[in-house]
Amino acid sequence: MNLKVSKSFIICLFILLLPFQWVHATRVIYSFSTLKQEAQFNHLMKELRCLVCQNQDLADSNASLARDLRAQVYTMVRDGNSDHEIMQYLTSRYGDFILFKPPLKSTTSLLWLSPLIFLGIGLGIFWRKFRGS
Amino acid sequence: MKPVHWRLVPFFAFIVLIVLFCRGLALDPRHLPSVQLGKPIPDFTLPGLMNASFSSTALKGKISLLNVWASWCMACADEQVVLMQLADKGISIYGLNYKDNTQNAMQWLQEWGNPYQQIGEDNEGKIAMNLGVYGAPETFLIDQNGIIRYRHVGPLTMGIWEKEFEPLIHAMEHTG
Repeated sequence: MNLKVSKSFIICLFILLLPFQWVHATRVIYSFSTLKQEAQFNHLMKELRCLVCQNQDLADSNASLARDLRAQVYTMVRDGNSDHEIMQYLTSRYGDFILFKPPLKSTTSLLWLSPLIFLGIGLGIFWRKFRGS
Repeated sequence: MKPVHWRLVPFFAFIVLIVLFCRGLALDPRHLPSVQLGKPIPDFTLPGLMNASFSSTALKGKISLLNVWASWCMACADEQVVLMQLADKGISIYGLNYKDNTQNAMQWLQEWGNPYQQIGEDNEGKIAMNLGVYGAPETFLIDQNGIIRYRHVGPLTMGIWEKEFEPLIHAMEHTG
């Protein structure tokens, strides 16, 4: 009968939905006093790498270290530190790898310039071939 | 000397790239070297697990190991055997109990052994962050002047001890 079917359906639905009553947010919500600070924080979260799950940024990662670093960055942003100061703090402890964009230094100059160098070599070979040497 | 034909340039560039790629792929990005090698250990004072407190001054004056561990860390149990052996050999090992609670930590030591001279409780991981720690276990080699000389990520094995730590310790003993 129709009534019997819908009753068991509701019971099944209730049992299936039961676990969702215990779901709660585990992410900390960070609030800021100014929009500028909030923008700075969000920007940094995208620029910094999670060192445990290394292809994720600090905004996405659920790793324990990521949570600690988010809290640290939050405190520093709230205290008015600049991007440079915060990055300096983190790279002096964790190295340049924590930044997604490696800074241009003597050690990374080859990394940044090699595409241009290869383009130059390629153009050089192209040039010589078509000038007829 | 016969000049190298310019057509061979891409070939040599390719060889160089292959060498670099093989070298790069063999490196494990999870085991990053510490950027603090050669720098003094950051000052700290933490509540102690065995004593009232544990401060960084205890690490000066002799060659020592600082081992980051926790009761929730499975791999730490693996390396405990190695640490106990090293402690028997007379190596001074200090513990940094990372994001743990006192009771679990004490229980873990009962079960797995205690090779540590002193242990500091870093419940929030703040000191570990100053050391550039990613997680547990990690082991730092510190010289007589309190300078960090090496950092190993992951469980310590006798193989790694002999290959990485011992040569550095011999060098330190002869100059320090």
